[in-house]
Amino acid sequence: MSGPRIAVVDYGAGNLVSIEQALTRVGAAVTVARDAEALRGADALVVPGVGAARPAMERLARAGLIDPIREWIAADRPFLGVCLGLQLLFDGSDEDGAQTLGVLGGRTVRLEDTPTLPHIGWNQVVRTAAHPLFDGIDDGADFYFVHSYVGAPIDDAVVAATTEHGRPFVSAVARGPLLGVQFHPERSGDDGLRLLANFTGLVAASAVAA
Amino acid sequence: MLRRRVIPCLDVADGRVVKGTRFVDLVDEGDPPELAERYAREGADELVFLDIAAAPERRGTLLDIVERTARRAFIPLTVGGGVRTVAEMRDVLRAGADKVSLNTAAVADPTLISRCAARFGRQAVVVAIDARRRVADSGREAMTLDEPSWEVVVKGGREATDLEAIAWAERAVELGAGELLVTSMDRDGTGDGFDTELLRAISSRVQVPVIASGGAAGPSDFVAAVRDGGADAVLAASIFHRRIHSIAAVKAAMAEAGLPVRLVPEAAA
Repeated sequence: MSGPRIAVVDYGAGNLVSIEQALTRVGAAVTVARDAEALRGADALVVPGVGAARPAMERLARAGLIDPIREWIAADRPFLGVCLGLQLLFDGSDEDGAQTLGVLGGRTVRLEDTPTLPHIGWNQVVRTAAHPLFDGIDDGADFYFVHSYVGAPIDDAVVAATTEHGRPFVSAVARGPLLGVQFHPERSGDDGLRLLANFTGLVAASAVAA
Repeated sequence: MLRRRVIPCLDVADGRVVKGTRFVDLVDEGDPPELAERYAREGADELVFLDIAAAPERRGTLLDIVERTARRAFIPLTVGGGVRTVAEMRDVLRAGADKVSLNTAAVADPTLISRCAARFGRQAVVVAIDARRRVADSGREAMTLDEPSWEVVVKGGREATDLEAIAWAERAVELGAGELLVTSMDRDGTGDGFDTELLRAISSRVQVPVIASGGAAGPSDFVAAVRDGGADAVLAASIFHRRIHSIAAVKAAMAEAGLPVRLVPEAAA
């Protein structure tokens, strides 16, 4: 039997090969979704992406994916946002004033008081609470980041991990099956693969439960 | 705390990894995806591919190598060499690169930097600057040793420009570069150490990360590039390809000097 079916949303925002390959490596059956039809039959949704919010939202709108993604999250189905895919969950972005998906309260804001910007490289992800997404990974393990903006949730309860560059910022969120990471697990070596394996395991468990 | 990165650079020509001295005398060093996977295992924080042949008709070969590498090495990959348009950058990113470095084409048309940054975000745009130290000569009376300056060279070091390297670095960042890859052409492949004066001159003037390149001989050079040059990341090729020093040994020296590095426990020495 093959692994859980994970749809990776392709809206033209950069490197899809890595996330697709990494999820495949950890046992998921990956499909690349370019429209709402392609989400049918998926057990989980992964929204990757780098860059600015406005062009990303415009491309999601053109692909007819904004409402399907909102409905997916509203139905409490497994979701992982990576980097820009996490930022898009908030109400809006200070980067270009774009209105984003609005499924998490808060805004995407610029990193402040940083020694360097963009924040590029490996940095420590420190958990604020235990979460199965990080099973088997040391607290404070290094993950790869490449960004200048970051989601700032209003509700502290959704914060799963933080990282420091200049000031501490939120590097992972979790609200039930809605998960998001600011770093790139698909580019973070063995710990990144472990995190994606944990996600795939959570998806498999919820697919069985459903 | 953000780690200082150690980045093996793979110069690629016709589908193979090669390395020369001062950009010439190329020697075959291996298969790109294979070397990339080995470096990822040994603790590389990131990889850089530079297509030094960069012939348009061989574009497909490069994209194939990028994709095969992205499927084997789960660490970030920057690809440079011969990217002249937004569409070419898109192709390289879609093949599996995380960042693209622009060099000659950005000098010829600086708006390429802003157009690529607008399309893919500045974090995906690395501007590579090949710099050569200017020396005072009879024709240039004003130049003194007190005020070092560097000129930008392009086309793999074959062509001089009238650009001053520090001014070009600042301009590139204004236009949208998210990172600068600074290579000292005087030091490239010589093992004379990084040009820390050049690195410091640039890193002190820009907020984006600076990757030091050109001249690494041993672990102490990596320490100097960060401590004296202000580099955020350090790149080297031949010392890793020829197994003169391991990534682990370089990182151990950096850690010993008090620099934050990502130590990979299972890294082969």
